[in-house]
Amino acid sequence: MSVRNALLALLEQGPRYGYQLRAEFEDRTGGTWPLNVGQVYTTLSRLERDGLVEGKGADGDGHVVYAVTARGRDEVAAWFSSPVARSQPPRDELAIKLALAVSVPGVEVGTVIQQQRSATMAALQDYTRLKRRATGDDPHELAWGLVLDSLVFNAEAEIRWLDHCEARLRRAAADRDDRASSSVEQVETTSSGEEVTR
Amino acid sequence: MTAVLELETVTRVHGAGATEVTALHAVSFSAYAGELVAVMGPSGSGKSTLLTLAGGLDTPTSGAVRVEGTDLASLGQKGRAAMRRTSIGYVFQDFNLIPALTAVENVALPRELDGAGTRSARKAARAALEEVGIGDLAKRFPDEMSGGQQQRIAIARAIVGDRRLILADEPTGALDSETGEDILRLIRARCDAGAAGVLVTHEARHAAWADRVVFLRDGVIVDESGSDRPDALLEQAR
Repeated sequence: MSVRNALLALLEQGPRYGYQLRAEFEDRTGGTWPLNVGQVYTTLSRLERDGLVEGKGADGDGHVVYAVTARGRDEVAAWFSSPVARSQPPRDELAIKLALAVSVPGVEVGTVIQQQRSATMAALQDYTRLKRRATGDDPHELAWGLVLDSLVFNAEAEIRWLDHCEARLRRAAADRDDRASSSVEQVETTSSGEEVTR
Repeated sequence: MTAVLELETVTRVHGAGATEVTALHAVSFSAYAGELVAVMGPSGSGKSTLLTLAGGLDTPTSGAVRVEGTDLASLGQKGRAAMRRTSIGYVFQDFNLIPALTAVENVALPRELDGAGTRSARKAARAALEEVGIGDLAKRFPDEMSGGQQQRIAIARAIVGDRRLILADEPTGALDSETGEDILRLIRARCDAGAAGVLVTHEARHAAWADRVVFLRDGVIVDESGSDRPDALLEQAR
């Protein structure tokens, strides 16, 4: 869905052919989500079928050029004026892995968490290094900068969640120890006291 | 290549007997010129203890802390204070500026205390304020400035006179995310220019500005992420 809307939005700038659209999409998103050109042409032909773009014939070099229609413009406007739906949470391998790590015997959960934290931290360092380079304020640099920020905030959220998991696990373990030692005390008083009724 | 900062099996124990707490346990850690190292950990993990030891504000129970090859313990109280004025720059979360002094006076203070003439100290202070982008605010008092500007004064004070070790304790804690990022860019730039930096933070987004991230838990370094120092790579290649 997002590719369809993104291509329509790019066509708002004026007619384009498939390769151009792909290049512009990747330029704005820093190649974070690579598109293959076949996908671009398939999407364009669906958009044409739905009356949102129209083919303008080939340019001098034989590229088929597409332009947005009035209905296509309405569609773009509607996309920008509505929030992205938070659908069913996508399957999150890390959440699933931790859920199983805490509930299956013999797994060092602390190690699982630290391993992930280290790997995500390394990715976060890479994004930040890219950010240090992307400091321009022309719209294209800004577009890529915002995508990078999104990656940064997502990685940060993952690390914060891992910190949170670790803290909860430690507290749970401490509570279990407390309960274990208080039940030991109970047993001791029981054995020294004479008349204990349970 | 010698480390600008080197902690060798440093242990710091607070209190004694039943109330004894080991804040750091046998930690070895180095920061080299041109490198920014982040130390991450939850509260109570020992990260602030590590920084106060590195800055000579506290002394280890055992082990050695060396700054540019000099063991801080060998310097004595006075020598350590001198070291803090000339070689070590400290940036705190709450800026720690003197409210009765202007920006340029705050930055010049360590050098003046060190016996430099007022004129040369002021000149160096103005250059440092220029470097952190607030040269035009030199005559303002801290309370006439925003949080971000105050932290820039604090950074200027930490780098004035070409100090080669910058220690920052949650320097962005009191700032919004955009302003905090500007502060990290400044610290980063200073390290790229040849200083060694140690940044203590619990925020991953800020730690990510570092070349290396060291994870502390219960006073022990449990892991490290990021690139190796250039000379470590060379050693591996040999």
